Formats: sequence, C-alpha cells, structure tokens
Amino acid sequence: MIINHPLLGPRDASEFVYLGDASLIDRPDWQHENSQQEFHNYLYLRDNPAGEHRELWFHEQGDRSWLVVTRNTLTHEISKVELARDVAKERGRDK
Amino acid sequence: MSQSHRIDGGQIDRSKTLSFFFNDQRLDGYAGDTLASALVANGVKLVGRSFKYHRPRGIFSAGSEEPNALVQLRRGTFQEPNTRATVAELFDGLYATSQNHRGPLKHDLLAINDFFSPFMSAGFYYKTFMWPKAFWEKIYEPIIRSSAGLGRLSGKADPDIYDKGFLHCDVLIIGAGPAGLAAALRAARSGARVILADEDFQPGGRLNTETYSVDDTAGADWASTAIAELSSMDNVRLLTRTTVYGAYDHGVYGALESRTDHLRDSGGKPRQILWRICSRRAILCAGSTERSIAFGNNDRPGIMMAGSVRAYANRWAATPGKRVAVFTNNDDGWRTATDLAAHGVAISAVIDTRDKQPLAAPSGAMIAMGSTVTDTKGRHGIRSITLANGQTIDCDCLAVSGGWNPNVHLTCHQRGRPQWRDDLAAFVPGGDLPTGMSVVGAANGALTLSAALKQGHDEAGSVAAGLGFKKTKSALPKAEDEAAEVAAFWHVGQSNARAWIDQQNDVTVKDVKLSHQEGYRSVEHLKRYTTLGMATDQGKTANMLGLAVMAECTGRSIPETGTTIFRPPYSPVPIGALAGRARGKDFRPTRLSPSHEWAENQGATFVETGQWLRAQWFPKPGETNWRQSVDREALQVRSAVGICDVTTLGKIDVQGRDAAEFLNKVYANGFAKLAVGKTRYGLMLREDGIAADDGTTARLSETRFVMTTTTANAVAIFRHLEFCRQCLWPGLDVHLISATEQWAQYAVAGPKSRDLLRKIVDADIDISNEAFPFMACGEITVCGGTPARLFRISFSGELAYEIAVPTRYGDAMIKALMKAGEEFDAIAYGTEALGVLRIEKGHAAGNELCGQTTACDLGMGRMVSKKKDTIGSTLSERVDLNREDGLTLVGFAPVNRDDDLKAGAHFVTKGNAATTQNDEGWMTSVAYSPSLGHSIGLGFIKRGHERMGEIVQAADLLRGMNTDVEIVSPHFFDPEGERLRV
Repeated sequence: MIINHPLLGPRDASEFVYLGDASLIDRPDWQHENSQQEFHNYLYLRDNPAGEHRELWFHEQGDRSWLVVTRNTLTHEISKVELARDVAKERGRDK
Repeated sequence: MSQSHRIDGGQIDRSKTLSFFFNDQRLDGYAGDTLASALVANGVKLVGRSFKYHRPRGIFSAGSEEPNALVQLRRGTFQEPNTRATVAELFDGLYATSQNHRGPLKHDLLAINDFFSPFMSAGFYYKTFMWPKAFWEKIYEPIIRSSAGLGRLSGKADPDIYDKGFLHCDVLIIGAGPAGLAAALRAARSGARVILADEDFQPGGRLNTETYSVDDTAGADWASTAIAELSSMDNVRLLTRTTVYGAYDHGVYGALESRTDHLRDSGGKPRQILWRICSRRAILCAGSTERSIAFGNNDRPGIMMAGSVRAYANRWAATPGKRVAVFTNNDDGWRTATDLAAHGVAISAVIDTRDKQPLAAPSGAMIAMGSTVTDTKGRHGIRSITLANGQTIDCDCLAVSGGWNPNVHLTCHQRGRPQWRDDLAAFVPGGDLPTGMSVVGAANGALTLSAALKQGHDEAGSVAAGLGFKKTKSALPKAEDEAAEVAAFWHVGQSNARAWIDQQNDVTVKDVKLSHQEGYRSVEHLKRYTTLGMATDQGKTANMLGLAVMAECTGRSIPETGTTIFRPPYSPVPIGALAGRARGKDFRPTRLSPSHEWAENQGATFVETGQWLRAQWFPKPGETNWRQSVDREALQVRSAVGICDVTTLGKIDVQGRDAAEFLNKVYANGFAKLAVGKTRYGLMLREDGIAADDGTTARLSETRFVMTTTTANAVAIFRHLEFCRQCLWPGLDVHLISATEQWAQYAVAGPKSRDLLRKIVDADIDISNEAFPFMACGEITVCGGTPARLFRISFSGELAYEIAVPTRYGDAMIKALMKAGEEFDAIAYGTEALGVLRIEKGHAAGNELCGQTTACDLGMGRMVSKKKDTIGSTLSERVDLNREDGLTLVGFAPVNRDDDLKAGAHFVTKGNAATTQNDEGWMTSVAYSPSLGHSIGLGFIKRGHERMGEIVQAADLLRGMNTDVEIVSPHFFDPEGERLRV
C-alpha cells in the first residue's frame, strides 16, 4: 500500500506502524460523572466497518507523524490522509 | 543419441554447443535452449515420475505452466528441487536429475503404486489410515510423505544471495508478447516511464514460437527489432527473466527477476531480485495458456500440448516426435500439424472433435473429423493411439489442444472474478480489476495476432494520454488474424481407462466424479478434496478440465460452477527471495554499545536484549562457572565499586514550556513539582490500568527533562509518547527526541563510587552528599571539559551514580572509569549481577512489569495520583483491579536454604494439591544472593502483604519441582535503604 503523507508525499506502507481506529483520539474527560464507563467504551468498543475506516498510522521509519488515514477496508483505497495533530485540534483537544 | 530430434531453423545459436547432464547422462544442446528443449532435441521422453502413482511422465508444455517436467537442478548446497525444465535456461555444465522415484527412473520401485491405484482415489489416505490414531503422525504420514511428493532440498543453508528493491514507473507492462510489445512501443514513444517485464529470457512471447508475420517481417524478427528500440530508450526498463507474480494494492506489483539462474556460477552476484514495482498504470499482457483434453491414459510421455509441440519445433528446432498425431477441438491445433509438416516431420493423423474440417491437412495425415482419442499405449513413451471407432494409429508424439485459457490470474489478485465467454469456451477478465490495471491481448480473450497487437497499441495510447503524455505518431503493427474457432470439448466419455485432469497431482476424471458423489461440489471443496490445481503449477493446464467435469456432474454450466480464487504468486517464488538479505544475524540489526569492544577484550559473555548485545558477566581467570563470576561481581559492588554499561536504556529528551505537564499526564505519579536538578522514578500505565514501563526522569531545567525507559520498550514507549503528544494533547508545547544512541551511560555503584567519580568529574564540581544528594542530577564536565550528565540514582541499593557522556566518548569513558577505579578494586559487572542486586533490593523489572500486573500488584498503588488525569488512572480504579485478595509483589526465601528457586513456579498453600484451582500466584525473578548466602525470589501472591512468614509451596510442574518457600519482604538487603543515601 502507498500512503500519501500530507508533508512527505506518497510513502510505502512498510514505513508505518498501524495502531487502529482514529476514535482513539477522542479520549474521554476523566472528570466525567461516568468516567469509568466512558473510558471502557473508548478503550474496548470499536466499530468494524466494511467500507470507509478512519485509522491511525505512525510514520515510524520517517518523520514520526501520527496520521489519520481514511481507508476502505474492502478495497484498501485510501481517500484521505491527515495529520492526526490537525484532526485532534479540530476536535477540540487543544483546549 | 546426439540431438536425434533436432530439426532445421529455430532461434538457437548452433555455434555454441552446451554440454549438460540429465541423470548423469551427458547430453548436448545449444545456446538458446531450455533444459526441456534440449531434452526434446535429444529424444528424451521420460523425465520424471508422477506424484502419487509414480506413473512415467514426460515434458507436457513449453512454459511456466509445466506440471510434469520438474527436476532437481544443480548439486550440493545449490541443489534446487521442483525446477520446471521448461523454463530452466540451458548453460554449459548444467546438472539435473529426475525426481520422485526409487531406483532408476525407468524402473521405479514405487511404480507398484500404479497397480494399487483403484484403491488410491481422492481422500484415500484419510479414509484408510484412520486407526490406530497415534499411527498417523509416527508411521503412516512419514511413509506416505517419503513415497509421494516432489524433489528434495539439500538440507543445508542456501549459499546464494538474494536482493530486494523498489522500482517506479508510469506504465508497467506485464508480458512482452505481441500485445505487450505493441503497448510498450506506444507508451514508451509517448515519453512515459515504462517497465516491460517478461518471464522468458527471450522476449516476444508467441511471436517466437509461431510462423506469423508482423509488418511483413517474421514475427520473431519484428519482436527483436521492437526490443532493440525499447532497449535504446532511456525511459524504458526492460526486465527479462522476470515474473510479475502478484498484483497488490495501489498499483504495487511483486516481481521476481532471475539474475544468475542461467549461469553456471553466480560469481557472488545476487541470484534473484524481488522487486516491488510501484506503477501509476499497469497493462496486463500475460497471454494465454493452452489446456488439455481428458482421455484414457492421456498422461504418457510424448503426449503434449499442441502449441508447445510447435513451439519446440519453431523456436528451438527440436521435434518431440518423428510421427506426430494431433488431437484438437479447435483450429489452433491444426497449425501444429502444418508447422511440423513444414519442418519435414511426419504427421500420422489429425483428430478433431468437430465435424467440419477447418483447414487443409498436411499431406499423408489421416483426418478423423468428429472423432476422439479414447486410449493410448506405450509405457515409457507413447507408441499408439486408439480412436473412438477402434482404429489404432501409430505415433511417438500426440499433440493435444483443448483450447486456450486467457491468463487472468493477476486480474483476480484483488478478489476480482473472471467472466465466462462462450465463443472462447474460456474465462476472461471480469470488470473488477485491480486499481490502475487494464488487460489486452490473449489475456483479454483477443486470441488472434492482429487483435492482440491492436488492443495493446490502442490501450497504451489511451493510458499514456490519461497520464498526460504527449500524443506521438505510432503506427499500429500490421498482421493477419489467424483462424481460431473452438468448440468446447473437455473429456472423452467412452473410455474405461483413467483419464488425467491434473498430472502434477494425479487427479483423474474419476476423482472429480467421486468428489461430486461425496458432496464436495463447490470448486473450493473440489480443490481441497482432490488436490486439483494445487502445487507448483497451480493447475494452469488442469483447472478448466476439472471445472468442466464438475459442471457436467452437477448439471450446471461452467460459469455457474465458478472458479477458485487466484492468489499470488503466479508461479513459485523461492523463500530465499522473499527473505532477501534478512537472513540469520541480518534479520535485524545488532546494536552494540560504545563499550562493546572493550567488554569483548575483557572476555565478557554477551546476552541479547532486544536488538542489543549486553555484557552478561566478565569471567576472571580461574572462574569456571558463570555463578562464580556473577557472585564475585555482586559482592564487589556491595563492598567496593562496580561499573555497568546501561547505555541500552531508552533515553528520551523531553523539551518545551509544557514538558512538566506532559510528563504529569503520561506518568502515573506526579512530575509537575519535580525540582530542577532532581531525578524521580516514574511508573507508566497503559490506558487499561496495567503497568507499561518504568524508569527515571531527570529535570535538567525548567523546560527540559531527560527520561529513561527500559531497554526492551524504548521504541514502543517513544511511539506511545508521540501518540499522546500529537493525538491527545496537541495544544501542549512539548517536543520529543529519541536520544538513546546519543549518550553512553554507565552505572557506577558501590560504597567507593563517589571516591572513584571524584577522579573523573572536573575539580569545580562538588559531588559531596550535601551538594549532590540522593536523586540529584546535573549537567557537568568530566576529564577536563568533556560534557557529561551525572545522576545520583541507584538500582543496586548502594551509593551509586549514572554518568552519561556523548556516545563518541563512551569507549574512552569506560576505560577512564576502570583506570580511576583501580585503587578501589573496581570491577565491571554485567546484566546478571545487575539482576542479583536489584532482586536483593526488591526492585521490579521486566519480569514483574509483564503486561498483566497493576501498580497495586507491584506495591506502587499509592503512587498513582488520583488528583490528575493520567494515562491509565481512570481504568486502574476498576474494582477487580483493586481486590482485597489481589496479587502483591513480595519476596520468597527457600525454607531449606540449600534449595534453588525457579522463576515460573506457581504458589500453592501448604497442604493443597498443585492444581490450577489452587493457584495463588507465581515466582517472577530468582537469584542466588551471595550477600545472604542462599537463593531468593520475587513473585506475586494473593494477599501477599498479609502473609509475611507463611510457608507456601512453589510448585514447578514443568521441571517436576516443589519447594517450600517462606513469604518475606521483597527488600532482602538493607531494607531501610541507608546505604544509598550516605
């Protein structure tokens, strides 16, 4: 597979390490009244879509960027690659 | 028998005679021959024995689809089994032997299997060798495996080297036959970067084996001209002897280039190269493969594919027979008769299943329209055939054509499904192709020459235009379309003799029928039940026949019956090529610390720790047992001073305005208030509350920390911290650099360590207990101005320091430390003594942080701050991770002080049986403590802190040991910790 790194251009998948669902960015609030349940859902519950999947890849043999890659699990087509940092900021994690 | 079957013409170089050996018989061939064509030229018919029945078998085809002519090539460590003689290029001195026979090839002792064949149908082994059950693995299977099967490995390491590489192109063209060459010429002339790959050593495909003309020149000559033009262009890379074996995601293709297989000696060069080709577009021009017809005894040597028979005659000037009969269901088979007749070979008969004669027959040939071959005779080579009407015809070669199958394999590697075409009686590529791939020529069902040229030419034009390359004038090569009518015909019904479908796996029509009868009707079941289409040829000549017979049994059509899924590789790829250079020690890098050479000179024994080699102990003269060395080293640290290389620990530089806040989030214990110039032990949790890693982190300034991780987790922790930094808290001003390789670091431990270091650190640096107390850290200079970092931390429980210098000074530093330590009897100690010292102190390490233990289990529950948000803090509070009867890390001492302890033993209350139900925990680390004079251990046991003094059993069922141990404090030595604060 080829991952089109937003900063470095197309790179071979062998340069990356895969982590999993990009929902791992959405870490719950530790002071939430139901925080144990929230963290349980965050850590253990995953969708397993047949189709588009947003997932985290780490460019370990490269610039050490974490990327959010939108990949079709049926065809391996990659429709979008973003810096995870940008995605996290969009989701308000820098507040 | 000197090239008795060599005829005129061909594309061989008769000026270069090559000698080779087949079963120790010396034979001659010419440059340009394959091993198969040279055997044909020498009249060799019998080349091997079949897989199961040990039937005599001959060469069946002229390409990579060959099911029968598998040989062992070369000798000694270079021996390679299952090499297809049809693709093995002849070289002078080639040495080949036939496979799968006991005794001489002609008189195989196991040929007796053939007489028992009525009992050995599909599923025979599994139905027969059922009991006694234990016999299968020990007796039946080894016997079956040694009597059935293919060639043998040398059993020695492969002496060849293999390389891997990446290639990039705009257009990858797979196959250099007429369609591929037409496509390559047009794409290359447009300026696109083209890679043209062909499995043959002579590109041209069927142009080399037919007598057609292109642009009014002989096909083979046109191909040579095209290759010459392509070779001269800078934007073209021509890869001959290269099989594109797999289509992967995003236009990536796997290809195996053979570099020295055609040479007698590789001369130290890589034998093969495994290419990963990244293409923007790919044009598949893989051609087609002829299929057979099943009839009685259709596997005798001399029965061959019709297209291959004329390939041997036209390209290699070798005729497989002197009286050849043809059996066909299509026009193409007739061309074999006319081409061979043109070379002066006698054609005894042409048998066509169809009623109407399509082409003129060569003179002297008997024509039987609407007829079939029902049986054949000739044990080691065909002698005659019997027709449906009972007529017997003499021949020494029978050329069979059942039609041509487009090579759709690569179109299916992304789960695409081929489509049936009635007019061809064959599958063609379906619509669902791998990204960027298009298919032209025979692979796309264009089985005639001018159609193949046109498709290649046109597709390359639109692909180049689609990629934005200029339109250039490029004329379509001109050729005639030959007759290519076919009428589906699969097997001859009126025959009692066995009719082979898959010759490599000895699968007959009867086996397919049996499979149907026993309920294995889906093609995937059929394949696995009968082994149809398995092994090195993957049923390239056989699958369609098997499908057709199954379709007939079920009353469904062939497309309804379906095909099995084609997966990579298209043809076999040696494991050596897949491994490339990653063999033995080169599988992964070996990392050496800067003191490695010095340690080697001291005679150290090394141990692998992840990728690192670390000194395990340093034997002194007279020490014959590792324990003597380790005991001495541990005692010397406690009584004087020892030096240990701890460079391999992971080091991460953490900088930024928010560095302290960041550490506060990734460590379970607090770091925000750590003073500059101080070091703190830190415990990291996983988000699920389980302990992940530990280490010390020193604050060098307000905005700069240096963290250490365990050696084994350095990479994973760095990755995790980057995840925390980029994905969880992107607003923090913090940056991370892995600094593991930048610093050489040594532990200097023991009561004399300060005295020793005073001789190393520069005079203006005060390292007195008052100025540089326990857990202090600082950036200092040593040895007259060399920058260094000093940490007063202790893993041994002694007064101790770790000193770090830039890696390039590491070798000098170990030598300086040892020299400075001479007057204090300093010694170097390895990882074993390090382990003894930390077990004596009850410090957790990798054995305790094993991925199933919590901070509570480790006795560090109170370190986990509840006042802040930390990775793992919320889920570490789950009820079941905080049970009253949870595990606790405690110490264990043998009741009988002479007993050895074993890590891995499980604890059971006295009086209880050592069963899983009674399991209460396990021993994690053990050592012999030279300070205490007996073995000690650390381990987890339920409610351990309440059970001090209790005697329990440490049961090690694997080693058959059960030892009584006393539960004690894990702090065996200096429990108050006074020694490290002096």
